[in-house]
Amino acid sequence: MAERTATIASRVGLHARPAAIFAEAAGELDLEVTIALPGEPADEAMDASSILSLMGLGAEHGTTVVLRAEGPGADAALDQLVGILETDHDAE
Amino acid sequence: MSTIHGIGVSPGRIIGQVRRMADPIDAPQDPGAQELASPGYVEEATARLTEAGRAVAAGLRARAGQAHGAGAEVLSATALMATDSMLHKTAGKALAAGRGLEPAIWEAAETVAAMLTSLGGYMAERAADVLDVRSRLIAELRGVPAPGIPDSGSPFILLARDLAPADTATLDPAQVTALVTSEGGPQSHTAILARALGLPAIVAAVGAESIVEGTDIYVDGAAGTVCTCPGTEEQAAALAFAARGPLEVFNGHGTTADGHPVPLLANVGGGSDAVAAAAAGAEGVGLLRTEFCFLGRDAEPGHDEQVAAYGAVFVEFPGRKVVVRTLDAGADKPLPFLTDATEPNPALGVRGFRTSAGTPGVLARQLAAIAAAAAAHQAQVKVMAPMISTAQEATDFAALCAVAGLPDPGVMVEVPSAAVRAASVLRPVAFASIGTNDLTQYTLAADRQLAPLAALNDPWQPAVLELIRLTVAGAEAAGDSSAPLRPVGVCGEAAADPALAVVLVGLGVASLSMTARALAPVAAVLRTVTHAQAVSLAALAVEAEGPAQARAAVRAALPVLDELGL
Repeated sequence: MAERTATIASRVGLHARPAAIFAEAAGELDLEVTIALPGEPADEAMDASSILSLMGLGAEHGTTVVLRAEGPGADAALDQLVGILETDHDAE
Repeated sequence: MSTIHGIGVSPGRIIGQVRRMADPIDAPQDPGAQELASPGYVEEATARLTEAGRAVAAGLRARAGQAHGAGAEVLSATALMATDSMLHKTAGKALAAGRGLEPAIWEAAETVAAMLTSLGGYMAERAADVLDVRSRLIAELRGVPAPGIPDSGSPFILLARDLAPADTATLDPAQVTALVTSEGGPQSHTAILARALGLPAIVAAVGAESIVEGTDIYVDGAAGTVCTCPGTEEQAAALAFAARGPLEVFNGHGTTADGHPVPLLANVGGGSDAVAAAAAGAEGVGLLRTEFCFLGRDAEPGHDEQVAAYGAVFVEFPGRKVVVRTLDAGADKPLPFLTDATEPNPALGVRGFRTSAGTPGVLARQLAAIAAAAAAHQAQVKVMAPMISTAQEATDFAALCAVAGLPDPGVMVEVPSAAVRAASVLRPVAFASIGTNDLTQYTLAADRQLAPLAALNDPWQPAVLELIRLTVAGAEAAGDSSAPLRPVGVCGEAAADPALAVVLVGLGVASLSMTARALAPVAAVLRTVTHAQAVSLAALAVEAEGPAQARAAVRAALPVLDELGL
């Protein structure tokens, strides 16, 4: 099981456009990636490709989240997703 | 042949094929117990739902590709919701528990929407997107057209109950040649959009629901009539309208026939509007709506961002007047960080200038940003506050402007109390601008969006014209040695109606500000009447028994309207 933590960089938090960009990227992977707040049990983590789950997470600017995935290529995939979360998409 | 009467809100005569905006989707029922118990029902239902999700997502993505800016972003995010695992898993649980396919997805979306609503703010607004996706999924499952503006290979006349702001974002003026709504009033979103796009439009056309999809109809947007079996007379009228010479381009000098100047300004909502307004000859900007900087945001935009946004408008009008309306949040324009979405009666709630009492910093920071942008450009920048009701509020606003270093502040007259007490309300400030849309809604106590009240919600109502006359008289009485003149302008939709524009000038209104597209027709009509004629037409309108009589009396005296197809 690969695991990464990331800090939300977007000023509006993980909603609106940043959530759509992230959910779309997670959905394009051949892996199942989950997202959770730190300290939450891994089996209660949510589907990272679900924009509705992401919005329900309520992650604001500066919130830390935990990404998990299993299988070949998981480490590289998580690194890519961490990169998306740690970019301020509102600054573009 | 049958004729349906409504209220004409945007002129033009045209014949075209009718396409109806699909009806909203009703709550579904469970299928019979026998079907539910049939072997493989859950598996088949799950597969159908997955398939419908893919189809809806593909459709929304295609539309996102045709839209632009914020509209495209919303559509892309909505497309993701159609295949969202949370939505589909919730529906799957209901299916497994023995519900039918349609009720399962209906209730799943309800649950998800409620979750978003409970989060408040931006998330609560997205709840409507989830419900929109739900309607699309069920329409797909039933094989009926999705709610919203239809897709058609060829141009058509759109028939709807009323248009919502969300529909107006996706309306393609190359596809839609005219608008007919059975509901909505002269100040509805439909009317405002039609005038901005220059599409012939009729609202509150009772009986329009019975028009048969796909038939040819004739629309006269000036007269407010729909003819369901156009004959040779209508064909000739539509041909004549299509063949009419283009209106003379506005030469940048609004004036009456006898040379009485009436500056014609533009209402703009951002930099790209300002470019179009300058190209259309606008003599300045009479209303810069600053909401574009704030709407759809969770937090107040920063100083630099605001300075850049206002500067993008100022740069188009060097040496010209640009009137900036400070943030007008509330009522139909809620902002999570400024307004309370749970007010029972938002039009009478904390909106416009009133928001500054509870959240004082926002307005001061906006004024500072406007002053900084003004200093960087050559435009003659003035500011005005929306929803001023009392002299005290005008004084408070003037004090804030003085702190920001913005000279000659103004107020909007939208509340009847400000019109009735114009002399004292205008004394602390340098000018007034009448917002006829809200002034009408508040004078007649009639919600702008409610179709049954469309006849009340008409700026031709003599009571509204009387309040405009009172405002001009009050402005004259407020004059003193420091400022003998406090000009009164109009920046509501009324200024875009060429016949009503003549009446406003006759009532003593000094300048008119309108959607850029209306500049040429208003200028053309104004140039045919002397100031004295405008004054007597204004008297005729104020003394009329009602809006229909006022409109008819003035139009009868202005044959140029018919000649120009207005």
